Amino acid sequence: MKQRRQQAWDWIDSRIGYTECFLPLLTHIVPRDARWWYVFGSATLTAFLVQVASGVCLAMAYVPAGDQAYESLKFITEQAPFGSLLRGMHAYGASAMVMLVVIHLAQVYLHAAYKYPRELNWMTGVVLFFAVLGMAFTGQLLRWDANGVWSVFVATEMAARAPLVGPLISDFLMGGETVGGSTLTRFFVYHVFVLPGVIFAGVGLHLFLLFRHGVSEMPDAEQPVDPATYKSEYKARLAATGVPFWPDAIWRDVVFSAAVVATIVGCAAVFGPPALDAPPDPASINANPMPDWYFWWYFAVLSLVPPSFELWFILGVPVVGFLVLFCLPLFCGKGHRAPSKRPWAIGIVVASLAGFVVLTIYGYREPWSPDFGVPLLPESVVGVDGGPVAQGAVIAHEKGCLFCHAVGGLGGHRGPDLSDIGRQLSRDELIIRINNGGYNMPAFAGSIDSERLSLLVAFLQSRDGGTPAHSPGE
Amino acid sequence: MNQTAGPPKERPCCGEAPDRRAFHTRLTLALSGVIGALMVTPGLGFVLAPLFRSRVQKWRSVGKLEDFKPGATVLVEFEDPSPEPWAGTTAKTGAWLRRAGESEFIAFSINCRHLGCPVRWVETASLFMCPCHGGVYYSNGDVAGGPPPEPLARYQVRVRDGVVEILTAAVPLTTTPI
Repeated sequence: MKQRRQQAWDWIDSRIGYTECFLPLLTHIVPRDARWWYVFGSATLTAFLVQVASGVCLAMAYVPAGDQAYESLKFITEQAPFGSLLRGMHAYGASAMVMLVVIHLAQVYLHAAYKYPRELNWMTGVVLFFAVLGMAFTGQLLRWDANGVWSVFVATEMAARAPLVGPLISDFLMGGETVGGSTLTRFFVYHVFVLPGVIFAGVGLHLFLLFRHGVSEMPDAEQPVDPATYKSEYKARLAATGVPFWPDAIWRDVVFSAAVVATIVGCAAVFGPPALDAPPDPASINANPMPDWYFWWYFAVLSLVPPSFELWFILGVPVVGFLVLFCLPLFCGKGHRAPSKRPWAIGIVVASLAGFVVLTIYGYREPWSPDFGVPLLPESVVGVDGGPVAQGAVIAHEKGCLFCHAVGGLGGHRGPDLSDIGRQLSRDELIIRINNGGYNMPAFAGSIDSERLSLLVAFLQSRDGGTPAHSPGE
Repeated sequence: MNQTAGPPKERPCCGEAPDRRAFHTRLTLALSGVIGALMVTPGLGFVLAPLFRSRVQKWRSVGKLEDFKPGATVLVEFEDPSPEPWAGTTAKTGAWLRRAGESEFIAFSINCRHLGCPVRWVETASLFMCPCHGGVYYSNGDVAGGPPPEPLARYQVRVRDGVVEILTAAVPLTTTPI
């Protein structure tokens, strides 16, 4: 029996070439110090496989048509067996993939593994990074709820700003001049065929280059990269101290990937998929489009950047960002790899991380957006339950002042807090400010009469930052 | 036992004349190009067709004249100019419509001129406000605050036989003239 099995395997092996072609790949020699720092690339690939597996299943029930996509997603989420879990895995898998690809990129940059002879490893990786971001964005649109539909407007509006070809690009993305039936089918194709094709091809090339040049060693401050001698020195070191990838090194990749998959499935099982927003309707204005969390920083920047720089920023960040990253190894492809010898690299990574965290928090808090849901100020904040001050508080709500300004902790954060505005501005100054407006503040002269203006000013003058006159229950 | 012993007979592998080989090389490259072109051209035409389609504008009715109170700004919905049969609700678009006189109307796009988000009319404040990046417009559509670079776009409106009609247009991207 054992002999028959051996014969059968030999027959197969001689034809598919496992021993000749694939085994050497598995057992290729890698540096001994390739330890836990090196698990992020394989984990990104694992997360991609989660996306492929869950995405293929979802595509069996998802209908990429404007009139049925939302209903099919509701069916997947609420009725299909394991549908909710699969949607959750796809959503958390996307987050994991974005996080891991960024960590992998940062690690490779910090250790300067992009230097000779691995410049093209890095370049293919940068293309893959942007393809992953494209997958994340188009996937958000495929949810095709109100948020998804309005995100298309934002995306096409940004694309349309490009000089000369902008409107053509937006028409191409939308499949016409409006967001409609063709738009979803196009984004479905980008998400399911085009970008995965780029990723499959890119991963293949990335891995081929990895095998061709070998896994980079941990940087050593005493071993700067010299293209004239690097390959022979690397080969000698590998021969002296290397270990086979299988099984001496791969186990760490598998352990970490298992943890990643367990986290993805665990989050999907515990928290469920992202809730669907209202049904898609480009005519519905009660939407508050927000991208997924990994784009909040960009959402924040679009609010904070001065209008005169906005066009440059919208077009510049993606294009220049790609070019800088892509061409990086062409300009510094040799020399020191150790972070201790490259303080600028550490500074750039730390600054980027800090910027991302701060802007993401700002993006989440939306301090610039009108807070349409702010309630009428309660008596505990106004301090009185009648008279001009109380009437003025109602007018402050009606005129939308509280959409942007907070009073006593309630209201928006777009404009300055008005809790002690009565101590800062006189009655005349308040009247001038309300009538004429100011930076980012509308002028209300044409929409408020003198009587209501007096009541509003009376309320604002009463805001001295102190304790309200009395509170309920007193 | 039928195998012949000894080394195989020497036979030049590429015995073709150089000019014949060059011809075959050129033929292979040319025909490969033709195959590629035949495969790709119809697809390119199909995919790029929306870029060359002439923009369609159609008058869409949004209600009877008496349905609109003078001075009030209301949200109206109508079908976009070129709906696909499978578009469903996504074929709809909207406008903020105000009756400015007996038969005079003003229609504003609901798309913020900053990045296209849906602006809301806040009646009590007489302002249009955008939830995305804080764009604010006065009741006449002029920018009152925030990042929008220009006033709200306007649609053409007419009244025919007691019915209010709006001239549909492409998505009012800031680069699209209406």
